[in-house]
Amino acid sequence: MVDRRRSRSRSVARWIALLAGVVLFMVALAATAVAAPPADGGFIQGARILVPDHLRLQLAGPAPALDPANFRLTDSRAPDVPIDIREVVAEPGNKVLLTVGERLDPSAAYRIEIREPAGARDVRPAPWALLLTVVLSSALINNFVFTRYLGLCIFFGVSKKRDTAVGMGITFSLVMILSAMLSWALFSLVMVPLQIRFLQVLVFIGVVAFLVQALDTILKKTHRSLHQKWGVYLMLITTNCIILAVPLLNAAADSGPAESFALALGSGIGFALALFLMSCAREKLELARVPVAFQGLPIAFTLAGLFALAFMGFSGLSFLR
Amino acid sequence: MSQPILLRERPPGARQLLMNGIFGENPVFRLALSLCPAVAVTTTVANGIMLGVAVLLVQVLSSVTVALTRRAIHPRVRIPVYTIIIAVWVSAIDMVLAGFFPSLYAQVGLYVKLIVAFAIIISRLEVFASRMPLIPTFWDGLGMGLGFLFALIVIGVFRELLGSGAILGYAVVPEKPLLFFALPAGGFFSIGLLMAFFNVLERRRNGGKASAGGGGGHGHG
Repeated sequence: MVDRRRSRSRSVARWIALLAGVVLFMVALAATAVAAPPADGGFIQGARILVPDHLRLQLAGPAPALDPANFRLTDSRAPDVPIDIREVVAEPGNKVLLTVGERLDPSAAYRIEIREPAGARDVRPAPWALLLTVVLSSALINNFVFTRYLGLCIFFGVSKKRDTAVGMGITFSLVMILSAMLSWALFSLVMVPLQIRFLQVLVFIGVVAFLVQALDTILKKTHRSLHQKWGVYLMLITTNCIILAVPLLNAAADSGPAESFALALGSGIGFALALFLMSCAREKLELARVPVAFQGLPIAFTLAGLFALAFMGFSGLSFLR
Repeated sequence: MSQPILLRERPPGARQLLMNGIFGENPVFRLALSLCPAVAVTTTVANGIMLGVAVLLVQVLSSVTVALTRRAIHPRVRIPVYTIIIAVWVSAIDMVLAGFFPSLYAQVGLYVKLIVAFAIIISRLEVFASRMPLIPTFWDGLGMGLGFLFALIVIGVFRELLGSGAILGYAVVPEKPLLFFALPAGGFFSIGLLMAFFNVLERRRNGGKASAGGGGGHGHG
């Protein structure tokens, strides 16, 4: 008995370690893709945004004229509107610190130009800021359940008990990350070059079905106990809208691997959070006296409405800016 | 709903199938299927109609396709085959809508693509189209599609009227009575209220007996 339990816990640990390894590998892949060095910027060798309103430049030579008119900073979404530069200060080591008249967003892209000596450079968003923004926005601000109404099917079906909700949330997040990365690879490496973007619905649902089926078969053979515990959730995932929405959103936005990963992670966290909150509330609801007409789904919907109302508060969440 | 239609021997008539889809087994209010889009796109009536028409077309077309090919589909692989049939029709409808109604499509495009994951469509294929001949299948698909469209329009009118005081974009009430209903949270409340309302109606009709439909059922889709 003890022996079996130990071997089971060991197999669980091994499985989790394997998944963590895959996730780590994807993070590393994503990070290298984001941090890939951009094209050379001439005189400007590096540019970094310092929150809230500073920009530090690394120059190739001694600092040029420290006149704000010598520099031009624009938002890459509005390249004709220069951002007001208030002050330019030289720092040791060929560095220049610009102070601008508005708040800079570390997750947005800017372009900095110098007139004399000529040079220009794109200020890329810092990888951590970009990923954090995507994760936060998909988990809280645009929570898939409460503001985009995806996955309601499973959301209302599984959120009756807390244990099932937690199991489902974890399984879901893992499958979501795997399927998003697989779909990203298929989409950007195969479908875009072949110009068959219009087949995305067909291909993505195939990817999800394949992945779920493969995981199910592998788990059944290698980790029977895990399969007994979480296999049910796996089958439910196949025809779910969230799991299909993430690759579709990624494809629509032409995201890179890092953003795809962040979106999948954020939506997984958001869904797990929604499931957990809802299951806690519904366990209490069992004890409440609900009007007959509202019993079952109607009261669950009303409850979800209250949660959605609370989640609207997150729309003001932007501490990066 | 005295007896589920499928248990009868002969395929029922067109009128009966249509009424069954719209009222007796309304996909949204009675079967509690495919709720995600019902909440998501119904901020305005126009969006609801757009998605409802898309679902109607996909449902009818894939039902008919399955009814025509059901003898060729091996029962073991039927679910993947159904999924592929639905996905093909969804892609086609998606491209048509994107081409002809670009501005509306920009708002509901994601949900049109997600029709492929709607439980209502595949469940109709599994329950009805795979066992019945072509003509009843067509009427059943049409009835279910119309039922879905009807539900989306009801919710859409409810939310647009209360949320922005207009119907189909034309102002009916001078000011916005309850902006809350146009917001995401309002969608959940509207569905909850409408479902409770339909439950009350059903209870009245059954003479006070508890209803088994949207109230007690568990959601899928």
